[in-house]
Amino acid sequence: MLAYSLRRLFQSFIVLLVVGLVAFSMFRFVGDPIDSLLGQERTQSDIERLRGELGLDDPFIVQYGAFLGRAVQGDFGLSYRQARPVAEIIAERAPATLELALVSAGFAMFFGVVLGIFTAIRRDGFAANTIMSVSLIGVSLPTFLIGILLIYLFSVELGWLPSFGRGHVVDLGWWTTGFATGSGLKALILPSITLGLYQMTLIMRLVRSEMLEVLRADYIRFARARGIREKSVNFRHALKNTLVPVITVTGLQLGSIIAFAIITETVFQWPGVGLLFINAIQFVDIPVMAAYLMLISVMFVAINLIVDLLYFAIDPRLRADRSGGH
Amino acid sequence: MADTTPAPKPRGRLAHWWDGDFAYQFRRSPVAMISFTVVMLMVLAAIFAPLIAPYDPFDPASLNLMNGFSSPMEPNVFTGETFWLGTDDQGRDVFSTILYGLRISLFVGAAAVGFAMVLGITLGLVAAYVGGWVETIIMRIADVQLTFPAILVAMLIFGVAKGITPVEYRDQMAIWVLIVAIGLSDWVQFARVVRGATLVEKNKEYVQAARLIGRGSGAIMLRHILPNVLSPVLVIATISLALAIIAEATLSFLGVGAPPTQPSLGTLIRIGQGFLFSGEWWILLFPACTLLALALAVNLLGDWLRDALNPKLR
Repeated sequence: MLAYSLRRLFQSFIVLLVVGLVAFSMFRFVGDPIDSLLGQERTQSDIERLRGELGLDDPFIVQYGAFLGRAVQGDFGLSYRQARPVAEIIAERAPATLELALVSAGFAMFFGVVLGIFTAIRRDGFAANTIMSVSLIGVSLPTFLIGILLIYLFSVELGWLPSFGRGHVVDLGWWTTGFATGSGLKALILPSITLGLYQMTLIMRLVRSEMLEVLRADYIRFARARGIREKSVNFRHALKNTLVPVITVTGLQLGSIIAFAIITETVFQWPGVGLLFINAIQFVDIPVMAAYLMLISVMFVAINLIVDLLYFAIDPRLRADRSGGH
Repeated sequence: MADTTPAPKPRGRLAHWWDGDFAYQFRRSPVAMISFTVVMLMVLAAIFAPLIAPYDPFDPASLNLMNGFSSPMEPNVFTGETFWLGTDDQGRDVFSTILYGLRISLFVGAAAVGFAMVLGITLGLVAAYVGGWVETIIMRIADVQLTFPAILVAMLIFGVAKGITPVEYRDQMAIWVLIVAIGLSDWVQFARVVRGATLVEKNKEYVQAARLIGRGSGAIMLRHILPNVLSPVLVIATISLALAIIAEATLSFLGVGAPPTQPSLGTLIRIGQGFLFSGEWWILLFPACTLLALALAVNLLGDWLRDALNPKLR
């Protein structure tokens, strides 16, 4: 277990180094940092002085090391567009994205598991079949169209919910929350549904197919033969054994939710990190792009690592395999 | 081998194929037939867009600003002209822009999948056939890339490419950058499947026989192994096509894809979203429906293909 964990940790570290290299290359080679910092009127001595100050004459590996050192301390330089430290901008935007991601992950997980169980148990029922067919359309429907559709229905036609922004947020100093006010909560509804719908269908389909697989197993048949009540068979015997893949996929989806928040945030003009990233791409704001890349990679790598280790901890068969094989 | 049954009358390859298992599965599935028809109609509409479209939306001379915001099927208040699906703010016929948009969406989607396929198949074959550190490096890169959502990878590639290309070429290059970005974000699937299948195939007798008679590695990979690993690739390609079309639409919708000068369906939806709130619903609705029908049809076709090519699932 320890050897495996260490190996995974080492791999994650390598991945982060590579991503850091990509981010650094973006910094260094996409656009000229001198050009973006000095204006039109500059002298050769200005350029050379700045080159020296920025360390642009150092060997590549030294520059890369310095970049990583700064990045670890949270220093990603100045945004080309807003002329403010990137770290500051991201810290300001992060609460919006995290709250949105949290609510939609909860939404996706709850309804995904419940509907998945339902469609598996009532396999041939009318309601279950309808849900399955609708979910296929849901998978084909791009996220941004779902968002537009919801806005049109609930904001334009019915006028129940706001179509953009976070509503009133309460500033806690280091965190701004929309959970505390009515308008903040109302503003969360549509974006969370938009963001969570795809993950919900995914979880639902996964739970359903896993349930169906498990319900066919011998021990379930045996449990039925012993006369155990249907409810108990379904929930105590079957559901438990479907949870391993569900945990893995749900965990991995957490990362996707944060990535797909980019789309939802753009549709709803949600002032989060995703919207910041899209604007950065549109205006070629390299420091913001690089910082976002680093940040999201750390998140993805961490999520992957945790899921892998969890998987390993939950499923004893894997443990036996590893210790025997290596 | 002596064949005692009377020889069937010579028939063309096509007829033979039509009687085969694959075509039989197709004829038996209404979903497959309908979705195939929809996809084919859209492809034809895209190819012949200049002939079908009643107006050329990119010819400023044919536009009349007075025609702006005409409702579908109603004569315009000022000019009395009627447009099937209405017009946008500049008086462009929505039906025509959809046809041209479909053209770009399908082209980008197909080209991106083609690019991903060539790249993925090549790397997958090489990884499995050569093995060793080559395989380790290729599959490690694949693993790393797989941890990131494809759309994010495509966005990043697009952003970096945009930074590299000079400002004056950005709009012209956007379509090609888009193809490369979506293609590069999608090759992993192909590489993994091809590698898996090749690992199984490369130890079979026919490969050993080919090696024995002295065929080169390249020839063995391309002529002997590749045809035997193609059927899962076909399934992935179809599903990838749906994903690529949606990815392209998403990027264009977000404003980091096809530029307004070459609008794809996603760009049209982006433009239409602005008018939704003021009541001009047709500018958004018709491109959105087209995109949805296309994505759904390709998806259903891919689903069916997966079942048809995998006898175990029947």
